[in-house]
Amino acid sequence: MSFGLGVLRGMSITMGRVVKTYIGDLKHLGHRYDAAELKRRQSVRGSGIFTVQYPEEKLPVPENFRFVPFLVYEPVLDENGKPKIDPATGKEAIGYERCTACGICAKVCPPQCIWIVRATTPEGKPKPKAAEFYIDIDVCMNCGMCAEYCPFDAIKMDHDYELAGGERHVGHVFDVNKLLKSTTYYSSIHPTDWEHEEADRKAKEAAKAKK
Amino acid sequence: MAVTEPVAPAVAKPTSANDPLGIADQIKAKYPDAVDSVSAQGIVIKSDRLVDVARYLHDAPGLSYDYLNNVTSVDWPDRFEVVYHVSSISRGGAPLTLKVNAKREEPVVPSLVPVYRGADFQEREVYDMMGIRFSGHPSLRRILLWDGFEGYPLRKDYHEPYYEEEHKPFGTRWDQGHHVIAEDRNPWHDNVQYPAEFDATTYKPPRDTVRTVDVENASGTRLRTDRIVLNIGPQHPSTHGVLRLKTMIDGETLVSVEPVVGYLHRNHEKIGERNTYLQNMPYTDRLDYVTSMSNNMGYAIAVEKLMGIKVPERAEYIRVIMAELTRIISHFMALGFTYSDLGAFFTPALYGLEERELILDLFEAASGSRMMCNYMRFGGLARDVPDDFVPNCKYLVDERLPHVIDEFETYLVHNELFNARARHIGVLPRDLAINYSAAGPVLRGSGVKYDLRKADPYSIYNRFEFDIPTGTIGDVYDRFVVRIQEMRESARIIKQALEKLPAGEIMTGKKNYQVRVPKGEAYGHVENPKGELGYYVVSDGSPNPYRYHVRSPSFINLTSLNEMAVGQKVADLIAALGSLDVVMGEVDR
Repeated sequence: MSFGLGVLRGMSITMGRVVKTYIGDLKHLGHRYDAAELKRRQSVRGSGIFTVQYPEEKLPVPENFRFVPFLVYEPVLDENGKPKIDPATGKEAIGYERCTACGICAKVCPPQCIWIVRATTPEGKPKPKAAEFYIDIDVCMNCGMCAEYCPFDAIKMDHDYELAGGERHVGHVFDVNKLLKSTTYYSSIHPTDWEHEEADRKAKEAAKAKK
Repeated sequence: MAVTEPVAPAVAKPTSANDPLGIADQIKAKYPDAVDSVSAQGIVIKSDRLVDVARYLHDAPGLSYDYLNNVTSVDWPDRFEVVYHVSSISRGGAPLTLKVNAKREEPVVPSLVPVYRGADFQEREVYDMMGIRFSGHPSLRRILLWDGFEGYPLRKDYHEPYYEEEHKPFGTRWDQGHHVIAEDRNPWHDNVQYPAEFDATTYKPPRDTVRTVDVENASGTRLRTDRIVLNIGPQHPSTHGVLRLKTMIDGETLVSVEPVVGYLHRNHEKIGERNTYLQNMPYTDRLDYVTSMSNNMGYAIAVEKLMGIKVPERAEYIRVIMAELTRIISHFMALGFTYSDLGAFFTPALYGLEERELILDLFEAASGSRMMCNYMRFGGLARDVPDDFVPNCKYLVDERLPHVIDEFETYLVHNELFNARARHIGVLPRDLAINYSAAGPVLRGSGVKYDLRKADPYSIYNRFEFDIPTGTIGDVYDRFVVRIQEMRESARIIKQALEKLPAGEIMTGKKNYQVRVPKGEAYGHVENPKGELGYYVVSDGSPNPYRYHVRSPSFINLTSLNEMAVGQKVADLIAALGSLDVVMGEVDR
């Protein structure tokens, strides 16, 4: 082999890639960012430029994606079965909080970032409700074990990752109000998990009703 | 059992190949007073006979235990114990455990560096973490912590600055869990503690030393030359993380190089003792952060050995697929960054990273996270793979990856610049590679056909057909080519696994966060892309491990850097370091 041929072959490969990046652009001439083209470029059959122009283009996250946890509540439904909005907070009105403050998520959390104070009845007996529930999301290592081992499907992993803030100890310690999100939100980000859990719940209720 | 072909002339296989009782008898025949006791856990040797016994095990033709897997230590209430695992390259099989006891006040154990050079860094680590001195070690200093650190962190009575309780889960988190910022608990508002008599005004840090070698000015020129000390790192565009290299150079030629590690030390093993077994799983992701699925698998295998549970078929196949995909992504990074060290600023690295991104998308769909996967559990997997996993994976290994690997080989291996920069650079001869406990592509590049997936098979690797690529002389070129071939073999394994992937459950037993592990100890090792990743777990029946040690391949591969690079130029040192493929998360833990 003559000297220099290897180098030329390498350069032809890089030149080929440069040309391919422009061919992808021709497919959506006119719009700068195209969601379908992004999906094609990022798939296993993709080619062309691999870069994602964040924040104008965002890669959709898969269902299993886990970032910080959130607590699930079932909203109050009106006559048509639609969730009622609480005018004070702007969120859906809290009907039933699933969390019973059993503490399994706090026990199983590897960096121990979940802090729970269990509520008490006026007589002083413990109540299955969380009076205080803090998650320090800077300590949280996003492992998902709290969501995996919760027996009540009360804590699940959120998809929102754009949580950067300026002040660590002020904005990054989530209390129970910030953590509570409705099942409407949960079913929109985890559709297949929601289906399975609802099917299990209905089957359990049917079995109990039969007894 | 052992499927490796010995390169040395065939030796007679002993009847009790790797059985501790049989080997103890052989040792007793040679050194009648050397063995203290024998059990299924290993052979306890008297400390003053340790070097003789090690030499006998190394040289005896029927035994030929020439590879030191692991050196670690355990802090028992009444004594210290140093644990060694040795294997035989030619015979393969599970490693043999040797133990030595040392007394609690002033523990001293003879050093094995004269017999196994790979014990160098590991004994320094045992001294650093546990305070056991090794007599006869060439330079016993702290390795992961700085000179002048007070205390020995892995001893049971040591409390770290943010110490709360002995074992997790902490009682302060539930029932009455009032949030406290960790820094507020410490008087210095930071993750530090100072010894009682420390005075910042009079403290003098210990002097930094460089290993010097006398070099005669052999060139005979009229210029008066001198050697200089060149410090590379810990911040350097080409070091793979925070690695510092203290080099002494004569002109442009290297005279000595010494890696200084510990800039990323997080005391993973102490955290491991505080965690429960299940809580440790996400921490293993962060060891070698490029290969998190393999790390999970190694830990799961070690604890499953202790628990004695079997994994269902579907979970085994998916584990193998994930481990081999991890090998492919790690080698893409390794190849790309070798080239980045050679000067091709990032183009090959990014081409490799593009394919890696597609595989990371698969990991994200299956486990929830691209890199910190936390996917394996004891007895199976955390959750099943989604529906689009198998078709995408099939397309990758059938169509896309073979083309990409061929393209890599075309323009990265068969070009004149690489041949000039990588052939006969960073040579590690075969015997030294074994003696330095090198592992993975570093060992195989030097011509040693030893791969844990064939020598000591774990999981279901004995059902797949694949070859073990080896190099010839152990230079940068050979290691590069070995990695490319390994990617092809991994794609082959994934193809076979996808064809035979059965339906079924993915977890033995019910989902339980309280894992019951019986008393005992286990050493589980897997073939990580970087080498042999071993987990030594000692359990005392409680929910938390009593001792947890990680045998990290990158850490031990670094021992051979001096051998590889001395006598060559500084640029060749960088190339050799790139071919070693070190990841500092694993080196420092």
